[in-house]
Amino acid sequence: MYVWIWRHLPGPLVVRLLQTLLLLTAVVALLMLVVFPWIEPQLPWNDVTVTGGSG
Amino acid sequence: MTTAERVRWYARGIGQALITLGVVVLLFCGYELWVTGLYTERQQHDLGRGLDRTWAQAPAPDPRHPLPYQVGKGIARIWFPTLGKDVHYVVVQGVGREDLKKGPGHYPTSARIGAVGNVVISGHRTTYLAPFNRVDELRPGDAIVLETQTFWYTYTVTAETIVKPTAVEVTYPVPGHLGERPTKRLLTLTTCNPKYSAQNRLIVHAVLSTPLAKQPGVVPPALARVVTG
Repeated sequence: MYVWIWRHLPGPLVVRLLQTLLLLTAVVALLMLVVFPWIEPQLPWNDVTVTGGSG
Repeated sequence: MTTAERVRWYARGIGQALITLGVVVLLFCGYELWVTGLYTERQQHDLGRGLDRTWAQAPAPDPRHPLPYQVGKGIARIWFPTLGKDVHYVVVQGVGREDLKKGPGHYPTSARIGAVGNVVISGHRTTYLAPFNRVDELRPGDAIVLETQTFWYTYTVTAETIVKPTAVEVTYPVPGHLGERPTKRLLTLTTCNPKYSAQNRLIVHAVLSTPLAKQPGVVPPALARVVTG
């Protein structure tokens, strides 16, 4: 998959590297801002209360 | 493609997928332990400023008609002088998910701070700045100070227990005795235990030892070393 992406990036090496960096940043941002905050409530280790509810 | 090539192609695909998954899991750990703390730090900063402003502006409340606590807003500061010089957090009203992301949360149904009954406060142990990370280090006799607009309430730790997550009896006005009329002024902290797990709850019990009316330049003895030193 990564090889396939690398082959399909246009331009010379430096431009490709920059594009790679941009893609990586976008993926990490998506994970940190959307995916992880969404997954977190489904996981139990942030429960700190004793009401039986979640915290 | 020969069979050998095809096998290699699939193997590489699976390998890359697993590496990617590993990196994502590591990123998630980083998010939980560090990025969530950045959020709470920002919230604590804002809440602290809001609290200081409110305390400075608002007239001292009539003790017979105290202002109601607002969910999601800062209501007090909690100090752990035995855990370090700067170990203090703004306590928010409420123990909903969003409230606890901002800092330690006060159970709305529990006693008001300093009042007769049981003041119950929950906090995160490992994520969201982990305000209660080190409460397991508290020992009987250690001080926990709650600061309100007009008072310093110094509580003394009496016991630490580990209970099931369903043990709501620790939050009763008289812990363990439903429906009994409280006579003591108690403080109960709850957090998850062991660290990085939610299998049990760590409970810290404390009792009010000395309320001290706030005056300029006067801090409770438990904090004197911390604030001036």
